[in-house]
Formats: sequence, structure tokens, C-alpha cells
Amino acid sequence: MNKPNSATVPATSGRDIKTIVNASLPRRHAAERRFRWYGLIAISLGLAFVVLMFANIIGKGYSAFWQTYVQVPISFDAAVLDPQGNRDAKAIEGADYGALVRAGLRAVFPNVQGRGELRTLYALVSSDAPQELRRTVMANPALIGATQEVWLLASATVDTFVKGNIDRTLDETERPIKDNQVAWIDKLAAAGKVEQRFNTLLFGSGDSREPEQAGIRGALMGSFYTLLVTFLLSFPIGVATAVYLEEFAPKNRWTDLIEVNINNLAAVPSIVFGLLGLAVFINFFGLPRSAPLVGGLVLSLMTLPVIIIAGRAALTSVPPSIREAALGMGASKLQMVGHHVLPLALPGMLTGSIIGMARALGESAPLLMIGMVAFIVDVPRGFMDPATVLPVQIYLWADLPERAFVERTSAAIMVLLGFMILMNGLAIVLRKRFERRW
Amino acid sequence: MLSYLLLTLVLLSIGGYYLGRNRAFAVANGHIRNLHSLPSFYGSYTALWCGLPALIVFAVWATLQPGVIIDLVVAGLPPELRELPPDRLNLVINDLKNLVSGNIVSSTPNPAILEAANRYRNLQTIGNASLWVVVMALAIAGIAYGWRTISPTLRARNRVEQVVNLFLIVSSTIAIFTTVGIVLSVLFESILFFGKIPITEFLFGLQWSPQTAIRADQVGSSGAFGAVPLFTGTLLISGIAMLVAVPVGLMSALFLSEYATPKFRATAKPALEVLAGIPTVVYGFFAALTVAPVIRDLGTALGLQVASESALAAGLVMGIMIIPFVSSLSDDVINAVPQSMRDGSYALGATKSETIRRVLLPAALPGIVGSILLAVSRAIGETMIVVMAAGLSANLTANPLAAVTTVTVQIVTLLTGDQEFDSPKTLAAFALGLVLFTVTLILNIIALHVVRKYREQYE
Amino acid sequence: MNTSTIAIETKAALDGALNAAAGVRKESSVEVTDYSNRQTVGRITVDNPKMVCRGVNVYYGEKHALKNVGLDIGANEVIAFIGPSGCGKSTFLRCLNRMNDTIATCRVTGQIKLDADDIYDKSIDVVQLRARVGMVFQKPNPFPKSIYENVAYGPRIHGMVNNKAELDELVYASLERAGLLKEVEKRLDEPGTSLSGGQQQRLCIARAIAVNPEVILMDEPCSALDPIATAKIEELIDELRENYTIVIVTHSMQQAARVSQRTAYFHLGDLIEVGDTDQIFTNPRHKLTEDYITGRFG
Ligand SMILES: Nc1ncnc2c1ncn2[C@@H]1O[C@H](COP(=O)(O)OP(=O)(O)O)[C@@H](O)[C@H]1O
Ligand SMILES: [Mg+2]
Repeated sequence: MNKPNSATVPATSGRDIKTIVNASLPRRHAAERRFRWYGLIAISLGLAFVVLMFANIIGKGYSAFWQTYVQVPISFDAAVLDPQGNRDAKAIEGADYGALVRAGLRAVFPNVQGRGELRTLYALVSSDAPQELRRTVMANPALIGATQEVWLLASATVDTFVKGNIDRTLDETERPIKDNQVAWIDKLAAAGKVEQRFNTLLFGSGDSREPEQAGIRGALMGSFYTLLVTFLLSFPIGVATAVYLEEFAPKNRWTDLIEVNINNLAAVPSIVFGLLGLAVFINFFGLPRSAPLVGGLVLSLMTLPVIIIAGRAALTSVPPSIREAALGMGASKLQMVGHHVLPLALPGMLTGSIIGMARALGESAPLLMIGMVAFIVDVPRGFMDPATVLPVQIYLWADLPERAFVERTSAAIMVLLGFMILMNGLAIVLRKRFERRW
Repeated sequence: MLSYLLLTLVLLSIGGYYLGRNRAFAVANGHIRNLHSLPSFYGSYTALWCGLPALIVFAVWATLQPGVIIDLVVAGLPPELRELPPDRLNLVINDLKNLVSGNIVSSTPNPAILEAANRYRNLQTIGNASLWVVVMALAIAGIAYGWRTISPTLRARNRVEQVVNLFLIVSSTIAIFTTVGIVLSVLFESILFFGKIPITEFLFGLQWSPQTAIRADQVGSSGAFGAVPLFTGTLLISGIAMLVAVPVGLMSALFLSEYATPKFRATAKPALEVLAGIPTVVYGFFAALTVAPVIRDLGTALGLQVASESALAAGLVMGIMIIPFVSSLSDDVINAVPQSMRDGSYALGATKSETIRRVLLPAALPGIVGSILLAVSRAIGETMIVVMAAGLSANLTANPLAAVTTVTVQIVTLLTGDQEFDSPKTLAAFALGLVLFTVTLILNIIALHVVRKYREQYE
Repeated sequence: MNTSTIAIETKAALDGALNAAAGVRKESSVEVTDYSNRQTVGRITVDNPKMVCRGVNVYYGEKHALKNVGLDIGANEVIAFIGPSGCGKSTFLRCLNRMNDTIATCRVTGQIKLDADDIYDKSIDVVQLRARVGMVFQKPNPFPKSIYENVAYGPRIHGMVNNKAELDELVYASLERAGLLKEVEKRLDEPGTSLSGGQQQRLCIARAIAVNPEVILMDEPCSALDPIATAKIEELIDELRENYTIVIVTHSMQQAARVSQRTAYFHLGDLIEVGDTDQIFTNPRHKLTEDYITGRFG
């Protein structure tokens, strides 16, 4: 059964493998531990950045959800508001409400004298306070002649101070709030006339030069319109492309070219899409600058590759047996796709699209190119109105030095991240819910 | 207004669908088997006849209308305005448009322009009204035509499928058109630019100061468009980013795929990928307001001269952003190395780290290089972080503590704000865009090719 | 050879004695089999054992893949494991150098000794164990490195050589012993993957013996090779027996007959019969073994 052993080759090493390996073990195990540590340190660094960034932003931004108000007795003087005494709405609207505010403040601090000092006193409340009063009176003209304690929006400096973000021990010249303002605020606070309320303006108003009046509503609506356009364009086209390439397209150089193209488009820097939008949509087609329509067009071109790639993955995960079954029953190819393949692939496609939308929501660079970076106070009401979007609003605010804007920028980031988490969560839920194992 | 028209069109099409379907039932005398196609196809057939031609006319009309109206209005302007040079005329037209849309206009408008604005508004009303009429007429005519042509022998399914097929094919070409559009738009403007500034000066010049060229009649107006400082700045910041991202990303991927328990991996991997989902503007904010001051203070404490917009701050934060990019790509690549390679090494008595360093990494090297190239391309094209955290002055330096500027920063600064479109300044942005597009495209093509070849090797 | 001392003992009797000797935990929930006569037939012990396995059970999660296997592997013998696929041959083989450690779900109980060392003992380092018990896999898996580097890999990581000259000598000697030197001498810098399948497998063998292990495990080393390459490997195995103990899993009974002195037959996770190769193939004592070698299943 066995040939005789040739037994000509001697063993390579005279030394015993066991002792050789044993000798090397301490060094090698130390190296192993070191390497493991590097890995652990790397991943901890990555995770630490996540935590650090979130903590940093939440720490800076959470206070923006509250806003300081001061209570001032306002006498709605008929002589100021309605000198004619005929309750003419136009006259009431045009009245000098600033005078009411100033009078109210003087009433609280009757000892304040001199133009300069008075100006610092008036600066306690926001420049929006008169408008606020106007709205109140217009809504309720019966107030005219009465005197009432009214909560007025404090100025951003006061707000920042009350939130403890200005060091009161600093010298007056080194902080934005004056000594006498500090004294007044302390006095008001002691009388219970300073209050923090939920910051409705942040969500209710558009951009403003005054931090205390600035809100993200305009940016949110701009983002909404832009994303709506993006979705309406990129989803059908993306799905159609995925279906065509996966189910109908012949395998030839043309479809190869399309494929290579899509993969490359997915990696083109976003700012280049902005250049495309500027050159084609604005300069060539003459569409208006700053419009959500143009923003949506640009973002849909960027989102398309994402949707197409996700769509094709979803289509390939539908087993061929289903296609064969449908075709075997005499369905046309289009019916096979429409009735059987597409419904099964749709959840996967939707998941990919939502992730693509979340990315589009966070995108700002290309929108800078097409003018969505303007200072826009009005909340947009359509696809053609000048608008900005949330990330660009963040970019704009991040440039402003006031502490109150830093706070609002962080808050806007929190809102943006909130939406992104929501969208990604939705995608995960969708995937979990419809995930199929074939 | 126009969105209501679209909505009406959709409603009409839906109506057309039901009309067509009912008509099919009628012509079939109640026996569906008499029909060539299912009744719903006759419905779709009618709906398509209703919606499609109307939609096409609508799209063409809506695109052309503004231009035509402008031409008409300009033709009606008094001669002294009409004869203005093109760029001044454009300003007038802009004023006009602003007037029409009710925006504030810089100067008090003269009567001629006010009148023109009125005419503009009238024309617009007339145009929109005719659009409504034409589109509605087409839609209804379409329904009528579809309804009349329905007969049992009409191959409705084939017709509908032809249209759907056409839609699929057209959709799939959009990607091509996008690329063509990108290439044409940056190329076209770049050629204009290189007509004013020699391409050699742009590519090899060491001076970049486009800000001096605001007005053509200014003294020393030509500006300097040597882009080398931008290229080096971009490389410096990207280099710093890669120095952060590659070791951290690669080691994370290795740890997750080779050391971590499945449970740890299941939580840490998505947590790390959160970094990839955070919008870049957030990183920019973090870089500018948190990291840059910290680095400056640290540097000052060490007695170093640190610019407040140092390349280091932008690069570091960009590196953080790219970590998940490197780690998830490397993870794929590492997992593509067959288990038999690991087994072969373990069976010889190698430790894990020996296996990783001596077998896994060499085996995965092409794939990892590909991933790093993709990451570099991402870093070069990244905009928001550098716009917010890097400087504007084009310094030709390799000092990470100095402020440098990048290609993307310059594109943004040149194109935001109001510039005439064909000044060298704005055109320079497109030339920079061309460089950016070309470089990233080449990097991507090489990287995708390398990665694909790598995958095929282990398929 | 142990042909002279075949004894048939009942598994129960043997288990009792051996488990007591080895101090093995007895699994209470051993599956009930429907083969009333399923028990290890033949003598599992040898006079001069290199490895001693007792009461080895392997679980993949819930799956009980290897059931209470006891077997000796003699020094400088070639022992073949045969059996239908999925019966646990590879599983058992991988227990012998603890390659099962790399599978997260895998759990091994029982005792396996290499000379005097219990290889599952805490004090034993797998690195050292695997250097002593080398392995060759079913599919040739040369590293994506040069031929030279493939062979040099083991000596390098274990620090077996002090300089390049020693390493050269070791690499050449290993290639020589794997019968590959003549074919590759001129192209040592080419990647290992550029070789033919049979050459790759011999490269893997050279790689394994470069470490100078005591035992070499081979898991169907020829199943991916053509007959000529197979013949070369079989010849090589025969030569290697001089210096190494070899355990080979094979699905080819002819191969088992050609290269091995003893053969063990596995079935559904049980070791059914073990004995001299001649005897197993000419005169199997268990019905299942007989069915298998006469080609009734597997
Ligand atoms: N990694 C694993 N995970 C789970 N089950 C496994 C694994 N490897 C092998 N098995 C199972 O263990 C049993 C024995 O497998 P194996 O030892 O590979 O059989 P063979 O005798 O063919 O080499 C089989 O039923 C197989 O399904
Ligand atoms: Mg096997």
C-alpha cells in the first residue's frame, strides 16, 4: 500500500518550533495589544467627535429656544394713537407706537435723564416692540385709553445677559451691555418683571438683522419648496431610469456609458452642480435667482444618482422567479414590471430616496451659486419667490458676530439635524418594515 | 397661477381616463374579451392624449414666454434706452423685472420704465390667459380624439406602453445630459475666460487677486489670476484632512471588521456613520466657531503664530467629516478579502495584527488606495467647511498654521454677490470649476476603476 | 502500524473509561440516534500517540456538529478522515489546531492533547499551537505576495531565522521538500497566485512546512486539483510522513487508501469506525462504513 519512504530531506531547523515560538510570544502579544489599542483609539476618536460636536451645538443652542421678555406698563394714550378720536383704522395703524414704548420705560425708571442715558434705556427692548404693540392695538382697538402691563420682547443684548452669557464682572467697555442697563435689568428682575418664554419668533418669523427677531420660518419654507421640487423631479425620473437600466435596457455601450456617468455624477463635487445651475437655469433659461424652483432643479440633478443607485439595488433584490412567473402568465414586460417587480422594489426605492432627500436637505454649496444666499425677510409663498434654505440660513447666521446669533445658529442646526434624524429614521423604519428575505 | 393650470390639467387627465375606460366598455358591448386591451389601457390612452400634448405645449410656452415678453417690452422702450450698451440694458431690464415683481428698486424709476413695467404686466396677463386657453383647448381636444379613436381593435396597450417606454428611455438620458450640461457650461465660460487671461497665466501664475478687477476702467484693473496659490491651499487643507481621516478611518474599519464583537460593531458602525450624515455647513460652523479658536489659543500658548482662519482648523474638521467615508469604503474593501486568506495566516500561527498588517492590508491595498482617492476627491470638492473656516487671502505657503484659500472658496466668493456675468472675475470662477471638475473626475474614474478591478480579483 | 491489535469494544464501555480518564464533562442532552448500533467500532488508541482526543463535542450555535468523538492520532502516521459531506470531518480537523476559534458561533468541549499539552487549556497559546499544528486548506489560498514571501511568511512572523541567508535557506528547503523548487526557482518573485492550482497547493504545503510543524492537517487538499496534480500531492504526503504526523480529510476513498495508514469514518457528527486503512476498505465492520465504501451513499 505505501511506497517506501524516501526520507532524504532533513528537517529544516534543528531547533524545536515550540521553543522558538515561545521566545517570540511576549513581543508579538505586546504588538497585538498595541495594534488593538490603535484601533480602539481610532474608533473612540471618531465617536468622540460625534459626541463632541452634538454636545457643542446643543450646549450653544438650547438657550435659543427661550427668549427674554420684560414687563412694562404701557398707557395706550388716545392722544398718541387716535388724535382725531374717530377710531380711523388707518390713523391708528400709522401712529407712533415707539412713543408708547418709550413712555412706558420712562415710567418705570423716572429718574433717567439725558438723551444718551435715555437711549440706553430704550435699548432694553427690541426694536420690534412698537410693531408688537401695533398688532395688539389693531386686534383690539378697545385698548385705546387704557393702561396695561405689557410683556415686551427684550433686545438681544438683554436676552444674552439674562441667559448668563455675558460676564457681568467684566469692565463696562469690554461687554456689550452698559452698567446702568445691568442695574435696570436687575431691578426689573427683582420685581419679577423679567421672564423667559418659549421662543415663538424663532419658528414664526423670517430672517432679520436683529437677532431677537430673527427666525427660521422663511428658511424652513424655502427648504420645503426646494425639496418638494427635488422630490417631484428626482423620484419619478430616478425610478424610471433605474427600471429602464435594470429591466429593459440592452447591454450595450450606450447603457454602459449611462452607468459610468451615473457613478461619476454621484462623486462630482456639489459646487459644480451649482455652476451648472447658474449657467444653465439662470443665465440660459432666465429663471429667477434665489427661487426654490431653481434650487430644486439643481438638487434633483444631484439627488438623481443616489435614487438611481438605490433603485437599481432594490430592483436586483427582487428574485428573477417573480419575473418569470409574471411573464409566464402572459403579462407584457411592462405589466410584469408595473404589477410585480415595481411594487416589491418600491420600499427599497423609497428608502433610498428619503436618504437622498435628507442629503439634499443638508446641501448648501450649490445653492450659494444660484443666489439662495440673499438676505430675505419675507417668508416665501411659492416656487418662484426669493428664498433661502435652512443650511444656507445657518451659513448666513454663522458669519454674524453677535452671541445671540451664535445661539440661533446652533438652534437652527439642531432643527436641521432633527429633520435629518427624522428622515433617516423614517428610512430605517421603512426598510425594517418592508425588508424581505427571499 | 400656472400651478393651478397644471392641477386642472391633471384633473382633466383623470377625467379622460374614466371617459376612455367607459368608452371601451361601451364599444365592447359589455364583452371585455372583444377588446384588444384591458379597459384601463383605453383609459390611460385617453388620459395620455389629454395630458401629454397639452403638457408639452405648456412647458415650451412657459419657458419661452418671459424672453418673448422682454423682447416685446424692450422693443417698445424709447430709443435712448433701447440703444444702451447690452450690459446697461440688462440693468434696466433687471430694474423692470424687480418693479414688476414688486421688489424695491435701487433708484427712483423714470416714467419710461414705469410705463414699460405696466406693459410688461399687461403682456404677462395676456400671455398667461392665452396659455390657459390653449392648454385647455388642447387637453379637451385630446380627450375628444382619444375618445373617438377607441374601438375594440385599437391596440391601446401597445400605444400606452410605447409612451411609457419612451419616458423610461428619456429619463435614463438625463444623467448624460447632466454631465454634458456640466461640461458645456464650465467649458464655455472657461473659454471666454481664457480669451481674457492666458491659460498659462491661470495655471502657473503665483498671484491671485481678482478683487482688484471690479471695474474695467479702474487703474491696474487687470487683476491677477494665477491660481497656483489656490491649488496649493486646496492641497494643504485636503492633505491635513487626509492625515486625520486615513489613519482614523482605516484603523476604525480594521477594528470594526476584525476585532469588534458583532454587538459592538452593530452600534459603533452606524454611530460613526452619523458623521457622514451631518451637513457640511454644520462642520463649517464647528470649525469656525469652536476648533479654530481652540487651535489659535493653543498655538498662542505655545508661542506660535496662528492665523485665526488657519488651514489646520479647516483641515482637521474636514478630516473628521471624511472619517466615515474612508472607514466605510475600507470596510467594504477589507470584507471583500476572502476569509481563506485570514485562515491561511491564522493556520500558520499568525496573530490578528500580524494577519492584518502582513496579509489583509497588502491584499486590500488596491481597494484601499481606491477608497482614499475617492476620499481625496471628496476633500478637494468640499466647499462649506472651507468657505466658513478657511481664509480668503491666497497665500502661497505650506504652513498649516497660516491662512490659505481654496478653489471652492474662491468659486463661492467670486459668484456670490452681484456681478455682471461676463467679467473676468465671474468667468474665473468657471475656470476654477473646470479645474475642479476635471481633477475630481479623473480621481473618481481612476478610483472606481481600481476598486472594480480589485473586486473582480476576488469575485 | 497497529494492524495486529484491532479490538472491538462497545462505545459505552470505552467512553466510560476514557471520560473518567480525561475528566470530560458529559453532555446530558446528547441526541438520541436511530441507529441502534451507532458506536465507535475499532480501536481508537494507538501505541505512540501524537494527539489524543477524548469526548470532543462541537456545536455551531444550537447545532451539534460533532458528537463525543474520541480518537488517537499516532506519531508519524497518515490518518485519513472519510465520510459523507457535512458529517463533521472538517469540523473535527479544525478542532486540532483550534481554527474553530475563528468562528464566533462555534463551541468546543472535551479534551484534545498534543503530546502532553491540553490544547484547549488556558495556558496554551493558539499562536504556538498553530505553529506546531499546520494546516492546508481545501482551496489553495496563497497570499497575494510573491512565491518567496508566501513561504517566508511563517518563519518571519515566528522569528525563526536571524538573517536573510538563513531565511533563503529555509525557503529553498521548504520548496524543495514540497517538490516545487525546480518549477519555481526562476520565478520566486512572481505572485503566488500566478501558479497553477496544483502548484499553488504545493506552495501552501511548503508554506506550512516552512514553520517546521509537528502535525500537518489537510482538508481535502486535492479536491480542487486535476489528477496529475493530485498524484504529485499524494506522493508528497507520503514523503512528508517521515517527519510529520499528517491528518488528511478526503472524500476520495481511493486517495485515503493510497496515502493513509489508518482511516476514520464519520457519519452525521459521529465517529463510526476507525482502523487500519486496509481493513476499513476490505473488511469494514460497521454497516454504515460498508454502505459508504460500497458507494450506497455519500
Ligand atoms: N461555520 C459554521 N456554522 C454553522 N454550521 C456549520 C459551520 N461549519 C460547518 N457547519 C455544519 O457542521 C456540520 C459539519 O460540517 P463540516 O465539518 O464542514 O462537514 P464536512 O464533513 O463536509 O467537512 C455541517 O452540518 C455543517 O452544516
Ligand atoms: Mg469539509
